[in-house]
Amino acid sequence: MRFVDEFRDAELGRVLSGEILSLVEPGRHYKVMEVCGGHTHSIYKYGIDDLLPADVELVHGPGCPVCVIPMGRVDDGIAIAKTEGVIFTCFGDMMRVPGSEGSLLDAKAQGADVRMVYSPLDALRIAKRNPDRDVVFFAIGFETTAPSTALTLKRARAEGVPNFFCMCNHVTIVPPLRALLDSPDLRLDGFIGPGHVSTVVGARPFEFIPADYGRPVVISGFEPLDVLHSIQMIMRQLIEGRCQVENQYKRVVPYEGNLRALEVMAEVFELRPHFEWRGLGFISQSALKLSDAYSELDAERRYEVPGVRVADPKACQCGEVLKGVIKPWECKVFGTACTPERPIGTCMVSPEGACAAYYNYGRYARDREVV
Amino acid sequence: MTEAAAREERILGIIETARSKRARFRDAHITMSHGAGGKATQSLIEGLLLPAFENEALAALGDAGTVAVNGTRLAMTTDSFVVRPIRFPGGSIGELAVNGTVNDLAVAGARPLALSLSLVLEEGLPADELRAEVEAAARAAEAAEVQVVTGDTKVVERGHADRMYACTSGIGVLDPRANLSTTALEPGDRVLVSGPIGEHGTAIMLARDEFELEAEIESDTRPLWPAVDALLAEAGPALRCMRDATRGGVASALNELARASGVAVLVDEAAVPVKPVVAGAAELLGIDPMYVANEGRLVAFVAPESADAALAALRSAPGCEEAAEIGEVKTEPPGMVLVDTAFGGRRVMDLLAGDPLPRIC
Repeated sequence: MRFVDEFRDAELGRVLSGEILSLVEPGRHYKVMEVCGGHTHSIYKYGIDDLLPADVELVHGPGCPVCVIPMGRVDDGIAIAKTEGVIFTCFGDMMRVPGSEGSLLDAKAQGADVRMVYSPLDALRIAKRNPDRDVVFFAIGFETTAPSTALTLKRARAEGVPNFFCMCNHVTIVPPLRALLDSPDLRLDGFIGPGHVSTVVGARPFEFIPADYGRPVVISGFEPLDVLHSIQMIMRQLIEGRCQVENQYKRVVPYEGNLRALEVMAEVFELRPHFEWRGLGFISQSALKLSDAYSELDAERRYEVPGVRVADPKACQCGEVLKGVIKPWECKVFGTACTPERPIGTCMVSPEGACAAYYNYGRYARDREVV
Repeated sequence: MTEAAAREERILGIIETARSKRARFRDAHITMSHGAGGKATQSLIEGLLLPAFENEALAALGDAGTVAVNGTRLAMTTDSFVVRPIRFPGGSIGELAVNGTVNDLAVAGARPLALSLSLVLEEGLPADELRAEVEAAARAAEAAEVQVVTGDTKVVERGHADRMYACTSGIGVLDPRANLSTTALEPGDRVLVSGPIGEHGTAIMLARDEFELEAEIESDTRPLWPAVDALLAEAGPALRCMRDATRGGVASALNELARASGVAVLVDEAAVPVKPVVAGAAELLGIDPMYVANEGRLVAFVAPESADAALAALRSAPGCEEAAEIGEVKTEPPGMVLVDTAFGGRRVMDLLAGDPLPRIC
């Protein structure tokens, strides 16, 4: 595959791995957080950990869109899905996220019409094909996916599709990062910045991390060479005593972001005063809802939903995992009560969740021999 | 080893112990995951079906069960076909129904003898569509040199089936050259795959038109007996076990056999043949071709000294010209499949929990 294989070249990987090793100060242990779940997935899928020196530790961050959805929102979604006549649409991995009484997949097995879509436009298409049914799209994701939801809503209005609605769970990346940096539990040396989010918001919103918190940020692509290169750039900043936002993913991310996408988002969405994040609690101005101008498309206004805050299961330590405070295997229920086939927490559901990535790909100790 | 590493290893040990036990079936209802060939399917089989019918032939969980009749060892298997759409690039449900069962017999080391064919038809199905599928099944049977000797037809009301379902059962006589078992894998054995993987599943996904992707991918549906025959002729008793890598793909087949034999399998990702067009579609959809269904690809485990000859024999069979050696059996960690990634890292390749779900961003 052209334009993909170039970024998976094992030989170049070994070169970068050697450079990273040469940038390690003896006796120092480095903790670098990859903010985005896409990076977590790449790191495990390609075994990037194996190419890093033992003293460079990757800490998984909060940027997994499925992982941050609290149980109460899942319950609300299921309540809508079970409403007579509704076709409920969502992305695939959202279907397995447990609510307080089962997942959307369970609701489907019990008769709800829940359908997996690849894009919000697929949901709109389903609405047009089923004019006598309400079609609800359960929107999730950071700024990466919010513009496509916004465009779909604009199109639904422009085309006069009266039976299309959106339950908006879009979140924004900066508030949880700030919350993380304010938390005393965590000592980090640098951040691998979220590449796809940055295609929309640009590099500028991350300037506060070096400015206010003195930590370098390198916005990174998702191929294995991208990730290694970004780690090398962070290490270089550290050894040279620099601290700034650098852009490794220049082939995709402009500094200013995608102004057109930001405009569309501003038109269709507005900030919620606060939103509950799984495991992290309420964070101010950290999520989007449909603006008043689009209120007639808002599923939350059309349907009565329980809207009840459901406490995370006691045993579940998703919050600590999302903050990078503990490793997935350090959670009390990891791999025993909580597995990909029977997840308790969201981090075990999405392929981008740290627990699922570690369980599915990383579950053999690094020092262990294969003989 | 640091204290943390020791603790991690201990926790991983507990998890592996739990996983090596027979899976339990605890679900309140059947979900689509139970049909995907991953862990949910495993729990259904090991937790509900095996205990109900406890017997040695079934417990081996081969692609076919074996029974002895007056000293003759027979293999028997059955399979249902519910594919949507019923016609897809490279094949259709009628052809699939014959090849699927023929192949389950073949990888058990049995030359297919006779099949049954049951059809469940939805009210309103155009007769021309049915005729085309019956003819496709007949052609496939002729190509595989097997006779359909019995059958059944049922019709259900519109909406109670999706056009048509087909169920085939088959019997064959175990080839005297074959000494195959799911528990026979030994450290050092080599893993062969009979050609590029993931074509059938990718062709079906694209034929459903849900992705608006267009690519020239055809299902790989084909009878595997000629490939098995060539392998048996060349490797004979050095051939430990084979698997028809259908639902769940090559990764699931490797996991099932690693588990049955209590060995590890180490896969060399760079050696696994995948056509560029399949790799491209899988990349776009965020799916690993190792988990995508095949309908004419087998995985074979061969003793190391016969591996090269077996591979050459396999490549001489029609449709298997690009067969490859993709890995090796190891002792530790038992029951696990690991992969050396093309990028130079190493990771686990587990059974999936359910269907391969696409990434969202």
